[in-house]
Amino acid sequence: MEHQAKAHLLEHRDDEASKLGMWLFIFTEILLFGGLFLVYAVYRAMYHTQFHEASLELNVIFGAVNTIVLLVSSMAVAMALTALQENKVKLSRQLIWLTILCAFIFLVNKYFEWGGKFEHDIYPGSELLKKLEHGHILYFGLYFAMTGLHALHVTVGMIILIVVERRIKAGKVHAGKFVFLENAALYWHLVDLIWIFLFPLLYLIT
Amino acid sequence: MRAEVQEFYRGTYLENTGRYRGIWAWLTSTDHKRIGLMYLYAIAAFFIVGVIIGLLMRIELISPGKTIVEPQTYNGFFTVHGIIMIFMVVIPGLSATFGNFCLPIMIGARDVAFPRLNLFSFYLFLFGSFLAILSQFLRHGPPDTGWSFYAPYSTTTGTNVIMATTAAFILGFSSILTGLNFIVTVHRMRAPGMTFFRMPLFPWALYATAWIQLLATPVVGITLLMIIAERLFNIGFFNPELGGDPVLYQHLFWIYSHPAVYIMILPAMGVITEIIPTFCQRKVYGYKAIALSSVAIAAVGYLVWGHHMYTSGMSGKSLWLFSFLTFVVAVPSAIKVFNWLATMYKGSIDMKPPFLFALFFIFLFTIGGLTGLVLGALATNIQVHDTSFVVAHFHYIIFGGMGFAAFAAVHYWFPKMYGRMYNIKQATIASIIMFIGFNLLYFPQFIIGIEGMPRRYYDYFPEFQPAQIISTIGGFVLTAGLILMFYNLIRSARKGEKAPANPWNGTTLEWQIPSPPPLENFEEIPHIEEKPYSFK
Repeated sequence: MEHQAKAHLLEHRDDEASKLGMWLFIFTEILLFGGLFLVYAVYRAMYHTQFHEASLELNVIFGAVNTIVLLVSSMAVAMALTALQENKVKLSRQLIWLTILCAFIFLVNKYFEWGGKFEHDIYPGSELLKKLEHGHILYFGLYFAMTGLHALHVTVGMIILIVVERRIKAGKVHAGKFVFLENAALYWHLVDLIWIFLFPLLYLIT
Repeated sequence: MRAEVQEFYRGTYLENTGRYRGIWAWLTSTDHKRIGLMYLYAIAAFFIVGVIIGLLMRIELISPGKTIVEPQTYNGFFTVHGIIMIFMVVIPGLSATFGNFCLPIMIGARDVAFPRLNLFSFYLFLFGSFLAILSQFLRHGPPDTGWSFYAPYSTTTGTNVIMATTAAFILGFSSILTGLNFIVTVHRMRAPGMTFFRMPLFPWALYATAWIQLLATPVVGITLLMIIAERLFNIGFFNPELGGDPVLYQHLFWIYSHPAVYIMILPAMGVITEIIPTFCQRKVYGYKAIALSSVAIAAVGYLVWGHHMYTSGMSGKSLWLFSFLTFVVAVPSAIKVFNWLATMYKGSIDMKPPFLFALFFIFLFTIGGLTGLVLGALATNIQVHDTSFVVAHFHYIIFGGMGFAAFAAVHYWFPKMYGRMYNIKQATIASIIMFIGFNLLYFPQFIIGIEGMPRRYYDYFPEFQPAQIISTIGGFVLTAGLILMFYNLIRSARKGEKAPANPWNGTTLEWQIPSPPPLENFEEIPHIEEKPYSFK
């Protein structure tokens, strides 16, 4: 295996392949959310007035702040990549921490937003929801499912970014070999992009 | 593109060369050939479990009313049989085993693009399979929804649906990662000079399959997640009481699960396309048509899911369109069949077991394909929908097609995998027994299906009994053939005669290297100058 390990070390350095793999993975993520978007579209068409009424319950300020936070985080991770390519390791690491901080702020915000809903007895299966009309039930069901799955992706993205930061610190990811950071940034942009669609669909269109 | 490896290890991939000894040298190996074999062993084991459950169902159906089990157990049987056979055997059956083993060698590479990811997806597969099997034994009893988990029953039944759907989700994820790996491998790892149109046709089929795995599987992933969320949190996506629409579930499910049928059959067609030129010693007829028809099947196959739902309630326009597209997707399949036949014409045919299996494949697949059109046509579908006609059609395509192609593939690449030859005579006898048993088992189901025998039913009218008895006898004949085949293969892997590097006089790259292949496949990466299948 020692020989094999060496051979693999020499062979498996193909940054283009890694990036292609990441893009393909991003396709699958988009299709995963695509299923939810499809369900949203169908039920929005079926129950448009009730979707309108239910969406008024959401707080646009919360959503807008979170959108800005995520956009800043995407910018930060893009800058971190450029910084690393220019061999500014310290700056790059600081920018990654900024990204992680933004992600954290996003989740804290989300926590309070969800908490508010729970306080008003709005969650799948709640007593209040059972009394509402079908469109309301489905709207809030979709709201929790979509933002919940997205929050899960934010958490995964944070973990990946922390790993990247550790690896940069250890010198394993550097100006000559930055594809891991590039892929992590791609993934982070995907997380951002999905939110860019969720925000208007859930908060803005009424 | 790649740095030259300094020294070439001359031992074969079967010899242990690592830090770890024995079984650990296999379980931790990122070598595509070892991973392919590990998949093969795991899938063969699951296949045996699926066959046993299938046989139990056949015994139950030998007479009307209760024969050996209660109705609820029978519901568990057909669900478990479906989950094991579909998600754990047929979907990974060719691409994860022979795809892993052959794809890198056939395109002149030393491994797949992401070897560690490859091993990871194998472990995901094992983990998912473990959960699927566990769901059969836990407290609330095996899932009884059928493998399609139709809502709203799947969201209300008391059985272990959550664990079974989680298992299917994980198995799907494993399938996505394998597909991703193969796409990148084909794009980035082809040997110098090997353009897309100089690739052999099995890699072409795998490439088309990989795209379906990648683009269709996430949809069923999210659908299964929705079923889980529905059960856990009572959201109401597919529950009419809360405003949801069960037909929407059927759409989402079949958006994946129809293309999944092509995940199963495309690599099988690829295998057959490798075998026929080799045993006819003749250049494949219509190389480009076969290659592009794989892509066409992948593309059009994505858009025909509605034909599973003719009786579920759809607009007349949708019905018309889905039926039309279903007929369209039959065209590229037929192109392949005609090309195979044209390849045989004036070839010097050598009736070895792989070729025999390939002939059986063409026969069974053609019956399955043509009866598929009976199901795809709107008027006839109403008569045969949800009858054993569907069961027969499906098994002709999946077992007669994919299954026999997998047997063909084992017999074709066996000497390459182990460096040993199996007993040709035994293999021939086994294949003929299986062919006879198969037709005895499934053909009567077409007839009683048209007469109105519903699928998935525990009980039936006495007039169906003669056909059911023939079917059950066929099941035992088929199993006898399987036992002989497994016996021959297992014995020969250890004790068979040594096989030469190129026993069938094949032209693709895997036959140009020693049997079994060296650890790194090629000492020097070959330079490809011409199209494949040039027999001299």
